[in-house]
Amino acid sequence: MGALALIAILVPLLNQAVPASSPFHVSAYGLTLIGKYLCYALLALSVDLIWGYCGILSLGQAAFFSLGGYAMGMYLMRQIGTRGVYGDPILPDFMVFLNYKSLPWFWHGFNHFGLALLMVAVAPGLLAFVFGWFAFRSRVTGVYLSIITQALTYALMLAFFRNDMGFGGNNGFTDFKDILGFNLHSDRVRVVLLVITCIMVAVSYLVCRMIVSSRAGRVIRAIRDAESRTRFLGYRVESYKLWIFVFSAILAGIAGALYVPLIGIINPSEFSPINSIEVVIWVAVGGRGTLYGAAAGAFLVNYAKTYFTTSIPEAWNYALGALFVLVTLFLPRGIVGLVSGRVRKPPKSEPLHAPANSPERSNE
Amino acid sequence: MMKSFLRAGGLWLFILLLLVSRSAGPAYAQSPSDANFLASLDALRDASFEDKDAIIDKLIQGAHPNAQVVLTAFLEDRLYFRNDDQKVFFAKPAAEDATDLELVDPVTLKSVGTASVDNLTKIGTNNHLRRTLKTALARFALSSPDAKTRLVAARDIEQDLDESNVQMLRERSGVETDSSVKQEIGNGLALAALDGSDTPARIAAIQTLRHSLRQDVLNKLQGLIAQSSDGTFAESDENVRRAAASAAMSISRKRTIYSAFETLFFGLSLGSVLVLIAIGLAITFGVMGVINMAHGELMMLGAYTTYVVQTAMPNHTEISILVAIPAAFIVAALTGILIERAIIRFLYGRPLETLLATFGVSLILQQLVRSIFTALNRSVITPNWMSGTLQVNEALSITYNRLYIVIFTMLVFAALLLILKRTRVGLQIRAVSQNRAMAKAMGIRSEWVDALTFGLGSGIAGVAGVALSQLTNVNPSLGQSYIIDSFMVVVFGGVGSMWGSMVGGMSMGVVNELLEPYAGAVLAKIFVLIALILFIQRRPRGLFPPTGRASENQ
Repeated sequence: MGALALIAILVPLLNQAVPASSPFHVSAYGLTLIGKYLCYALLALSVDLIWGYCGILSLGQAAFFSLGGYAMGMYLMRQIGTRGVYGDPILPDFMVFLNYKSLPWFWHGFNHFGLALLMVAVAPGLLAFVFGWFAFRSRVTGVYLSIITQALTYALMLAFFRNDMGFGGNNGFTDFKDILGFNLHSDRVRVVLLVITCIMVAVSYLVCRMIVSSRAGRVIRAIRDAESRTRFLGYRVESYKLWIFVFSAILAGIAGALYVPLIGIINPSEFSPINSIEVVIWVAVGGRGTLYGAAAGAFLVNYAKTYFTTSIPEAWNYALGALFVLVTLFLPRGIVGLVSGRVRKPPKSEPLHAPANSPERSNE
Repeated sequence: MMKSFLRAGGLWLFILLLLVSRSAGPAYAQSPSDANFLASLDALRDASFEDKDAIIDKLIQGAHPNAQVVLTAFLEDRLYFRNDDQKVFFAKPAAEDATDLELVDPVTLKSVGTASVDNLTKIGTNNHLRRTLKTALARFALSSPDAKTRLVAARDIEQDLDESNVQMLRERSGVETDSSVKQEIGNGLALAALDGSDTPARIAAIQTLRHSLRQDVLNKLQGLIAQSSDGTFAESDENVRRAAASAAMSISRKRTIYSAFETLFFGLSLGSVLVLIAIGLAITFGVMGVINMAHGELMMLGAYTTYVVQTAMPNHTEISILVAIPAAFIVAALTGILIERAIIRFLYGRPLETLLATFGVSLILQQLVRSIFTALNRSVITPNWMSGTLQVNEALSITYNRLYIVIFTMLVFAALLLILKRTRVGLQIRAVSQNRAMAKAMGIRSEWVDALTFGLGSGIAGVAGVALSQLTNVNPSLGQSYIIDSFMVVVFGGVGSMWGSMVGGMSMGVVNELLEPYAGAVLAKIFVLIALILFIQRRPRGLFPPTGRASENQ
């Protein structure tokens, strides 16, 4: 929390008040980068909430993130208005280009910021609800759930790549002009966006913390450790799972919505399955089941990514790959576990060296 | 400079040839038919196009044994006369831009040496002449001793059914012995009769044509029953119309059935690829409980092995793929065993962790291949015996590479079943997967079996890579595009069930192909994925759920 507050105050100050010649000056690029990391931290929080606390390894988080991003992108596209290349007051450029005669029904109302905000939460939430309702009721668990969430993301990616979906095909949305009348390209607006992102991350962190330390949070952890036992104790496991899943999807959607105005582009490659898996590794690096670890992991891994991809691009894939392997092998509790040094037993459902199908394994 | 030198050289050569031919000229006596033949050829030299038409007729009537060869040369623009002595020769086929042509004497069919194109004049043709020539040659071909040549000739003649051609077909039909040629000729005659005015003959013709499967026959029949906007029919006779309608219906029904076969086959071949990938996964995922996200990359290694083997033996492209199969198996299997020993053995019982760790491995393998081979597409040559199509009949053709992939998948599948069910290693693999503790108690070295099982699954991925290299471009992200589909196949079929993967993969392939014409490739894939997601909700353990004690612990 302290770190967040520090970012929220220090970065804008360094960007606005310190002259560009000073070594402490944060450039517009740096500002965007930090904003991006913050969005990723929020996404990591959403993954940690369901994976770290509930044991659901969703490989569809990137899809919820993108859906939120697309909802925000639709609003921003409508705001361009006549300033587009084709200058159509209603239709975004790509629709004019693809010979659309009128707005598709799902685009109506996106000129209102309020509706866009609502959809940022509703679109991913609804998808998560429908998907989770089916999946959890029929007790799809563990790797099966991971695989079908991945398939869902993949199907969505293919769908959004299509031109006639009405979402701009593989170019997605870009070339945004302003948000609520403020110019997106001015540094001042970016600073405000960054502060808002900081606040959102902080609020989300607090809400997540509240959830996991509540009574429901304990049930959720019980589900992670022994799902059947929790069910036998009379808890409605499916409902708990469903609601935590939906909430996490909404968090991811919000992260996406904050990401798009900062970065200025959203396209279908955000859906790609690798993105979802990368989020999981941020959480694993930071330390699953700690929330703050997940956010720290997102910062750390993405900083490394930025560093490597600009200095030695070939090395990044090796480093990322090695990170996956090493963290799962040697750091089951992530950096947090390494730093805090507190000896805590690893989650009961996953004894370290137990062979598959051994009779002493608890049910999963 | 060079050109003028060549020209001078050509001139000298020509003079030399001239001397030789003059001195050799009277060495053989000409028979009267040869004389006629030569006279006709000489006449071609300055004839107008209409005259040439008549001369061609004369050449055919003359039935000189060399007429066919000369007319073929004429059709292919290889008939020349020499500027100097106005003698007619034909040239041997040569490259488009060749400056020297090897000339052949039309009577003796002996080579008379080469001459520069500058000293020759081509005897030209036009479209009409070429058509005449084609039918004339078809007539020769129709009496060829080779049945295949006759079949092609009969088809050619059908394209241009004039009086003389019909007569030709009729003559041939009397003496033809080969049944397929006879049928083709029957078709041609029927098509001709259809244009006549004799109603019973036309109806009989339609009855003959009903057995054809060809699109052009169907079009012709449908043309007969077509109704224009003012209600009048293209065909005035009602009986003919009725017969045509019923024949057209029968043909189009048969064609629909065959095209359904074709779709089914396409689906099966697409499914075969999925099965090939999925059975490898089924072993590691189903038998060992390991989610191997690097499976696609092992496949990619297999494909690159094929490429390397092919590059290593450039003179044996026909068999390099056969060498590549065991090579790819070994490369992928060794890589798999390495992954198992180094990483996976520490993670048994934690499937989600294996997913993450092997995903890391997949990134490393991809980057490794990218560093060695670059990210460019590598193309693997398809050997001749695998390219081309198998023409089953006029409505159904099957490409050989797809056919071989279906067969190959069946063989790999059978081999794997044999290994698992009939060998000692297979028995041990099954024992460990069912009850590790008990298997250990019986003296099975379970660690060793784990490595072997993983190696087997990986090796099959490598073999699948060989098959894939024949279908798509080989590049570092080859594995990525198939891995999600094949995981879905395994989950759909039922984890750990070989037959489940088989049925699952094949049905996924067929459904995909069935949907494609209506929805397009991408949408079809999306539908299949969504259908599978829904299916798993209904039956979380797939089509063939694992049974018995082992499944309790899953």
